[in-house]
Amino acid sequence: MDKFSRRSVLQGTTALAGGMAIAGSDLLGWAKAWAQETMFKTEDGAKLQLLRWKRFIQSEEDTFLELMAAFTQATGCEVEVLNESMDDVQPKASVAANVGSGPDIVWGLFSLPHLFTDKCLDLTDLADSLGEKYGGWIPAAEKYGKSGDTWIGLPICFGGNYINYRISACEEAGFSDGVPEDNEGFLELCKALNGIGKPAGMALGHATGDGNAWTHWALWSHGAAMVDENDKVILDSPEAVAACDYVKALNDSWIPGTASWNDGSNNKAFLAGEVSLTNNGISIYQKGIDDGLDIKDDMDHAYYPIGPAGTPTELHISWTMLAFQYSKYPMACKALMDFLLQKEQYDKWLEGAKAYLTHPLNAYDNAPIWTSDPKRTIFRDCGKRTLVAGHRGSVGEKAAAAIAEFIVVDMFANAATGQMSSADAVKDAARKAERIYR
Amino acid sequence: MADTALDHAPVLVVEHRSFWERLKVSRNWLGFWFMLPTLTILLAFLLYPLLKGIWLSMTDARIGRSGNFVGLENFIWLWGDSVFWVSVFNTLVYTSFASIVKFAIGLYLAILLNNNLPFKSVLRAIILLPFIVPTVLSAIAFWWIYDAQFSIISWTLTELGLIDQYVNFLGDPWNARWSVIAANIWRGVPFVAITLLAGLQTVSPSLYEAATIDGATPWQNFRFITYPLLTPIIAVVMTFSVLFTFTDFQLIWAITRGGPANATHLMATLSYQRAILGGYMGEGAAIATAMIPFLLAAIMISWFGLQRRKWQQGESDD
Repeated sequence: MDKFSRRSVLQGTTALAGGMAIAGSDLLGWAKAWAQETMFKTEDGAKLQLLRWKRFIQSEEDTFLELMAAFTQATGCEVEVLNESMDDVQPKASVAANVGSGPDIVWGLFSLPHLFTDKCLDLTDLADSLGEKYGGWIPAAEKYGKSGDTWIGLPICFGGNYINYRISACEEAGFSDGVPEDNEGFLELCKALNGIGKPAGMALGHATGDGNAWTHWALWSHGAAMVDENDKVILDSPEAVAACDYVKALNDSWIPGTASWNDGSNNKAFLAGEVSLTNNGISIYQKGIDDGLDIKDDMDHAYYPIGPAGTPTELHISWTMLAFQYSKYPMACKALMDFLLQKEQYDKWLEGAKAYLTHPLNAYDNAPIWTSDPKRTIFRDCGKRTLVAGHRGSVGEKAAAAIAEFIVVDMFANAATGQMSSADAVKDAARKAERIYR
Repeated sequence: MADTALDHAPVLVVEHRSFWERLKVSRNWLGFWFMLPTLTILLAFLLYPLLKGIWLSMTDARIGRSGNFVGLENFIWLWGDSVFWVSVFNTLVYTSFASIVKFAIGLYLAILLNNNLPFKSVLRAIILLPFIVPTVLSAIAFWWIYDAQFSIISWTLTELGLIDQYVNFLGDPWNARWSVIAANIWRGVPFVAITLLAGLQTVSPSLYEAATIDGATPWQNFRFITYPLLTPIIAVVMTFSVLFTFTDFQLIWAITRGGPANATHLMATLSYQRAILGGYMGEGAAIATAMIPFLLAAIMISWFGLQRRKWQQGESDD
């Protein structure tokens, strides 16, 4: 993933979407038609402030602002878009919820609305109408969006994170079918890649996106979990120890230094040809296309393998949007989300995001982006394959805190680098989890 | 006569001024009124945040929620938290080692620059460069220098045939600790050097002349003239140096984010991670509050130890 975007500190950049030119006249036409038909009519004089995560791909933001401009022209409702680095959205939203003032709409990570369920606008009517129109919400979207039977947020999209590999290296290592679909086969591939001097590597450092994504897959694929359905810590288990042993074996076959990797390290190493397999979003491939690099032709993406758990155990980022009850313009908030998720707009936005972002509504399986390039197609499924943060437990702030504190990443890093035995690393991580889930 | 005298006695005018009016014009209170603006600023921007932080450390506050008073519960949890103790250990190692080396190199550079060297002004300006560069920028430079795959140090050593494999600077706990300490030293030396140089220039050359006539060696010159006269400025420099190092955040956050496996977490970075990213404001504040005794101890040692008059005069302590 893009290092500088991830690491960018308070950007404070704002864009008044209404002032933007709209490239395609079709978009404005659709927007006006939608404004006539929608059941969510914006209030007179409505003006919205939207706080969002800072984009990773410029074309996504450009398209988003274009859509907002169309919304403004169709409804007369001005939208001010504020950007913050993804780690800073949650603290700002929490303060806004507490003081009852701030952005009308916030768009942040994972389970953001669950941090202050009683402050969120009830979006049930909107979610129901969208679900009905677009083939229903995928299960992970419902988990992130609903509190009980009430929708308190809309997971606008998911951010996929999959195995990125060099086709030629895998062929040379004897894996011409690409990445094996099971854990054991995957380990064999990593060993074989190391054998030909083209090793694999994934981040074991404090890498918020990439590190958390693959380590949670490794943990869950062995049937282990941090907590049970009642949020009781159950991490200290033979399955978690087996997962640590497995990751240690993987790391032994990887390029040295992965324990120091952050979100940008694997991109650099893969693009420079230092590693031939890693985990990442679509950004490496996109960079290959944008910069005309040969690597784009010699790389592809693969699902994470399936382990003893027997089902996909992936963790992909969810980007959930919420509106606050304190907003003076609740209907405008709903109208904006409704507009964004309508086919004419959403397809265009997915296109702009270049498969970096994936839909939460089933009907968008047919969006043109997923068939325009077979190497992007795999990202279509990340919303359906992902487990939610917290897995078996709640999706609230405790799960978010456990991810933010890198408990799983550090457990594997301790075991993989030999700082602790697998059993000790698991016990240590379980103690940390107990602190959060106390 | 008597009546007349009484009739013409000067009339004592007793002014009935209120307490507030008397305070306003009292010379005894004048100093207080002049200090009031400064006092207000200090209270608002120093004391209030400090007390608020201590208060937060005794609550279960989350970001955006004020929380309830929980007494010392946060501290009790921290007492049994291995990551907290790792961060305390890291902070002490980081501070003590970096401060000592920064002092040694800084003093050496200061003495060197105090001599008559060609291009003295240019050299002094160059020495200040690491201090001028924004911390985040230098941290990113070090992040590249220490990169597991692209390190210039590893590349050079490999090209020279001294090593076969790139150095795992930030992937091994102790390598990572020494690496961030080295980055901190690089950044902190100019402050020590330039401040000590300012101190050195206040030492009268006549003292050295007299000592030289008495047959003092260069070491004796340093030990019995330079060092005693420099101790007040050393006290100030080391106090600030220790405070800056102990509370360092940017370097660590930009280079390692506390990794690998918390091996480089300082108390400041752990506090931020728990309070802001994890959302546990109370616990983060407790970690920050736990830094206060260490910082107070550092200040006490500097001020009451190094500033003893007898030390300054080169006599032994009794």
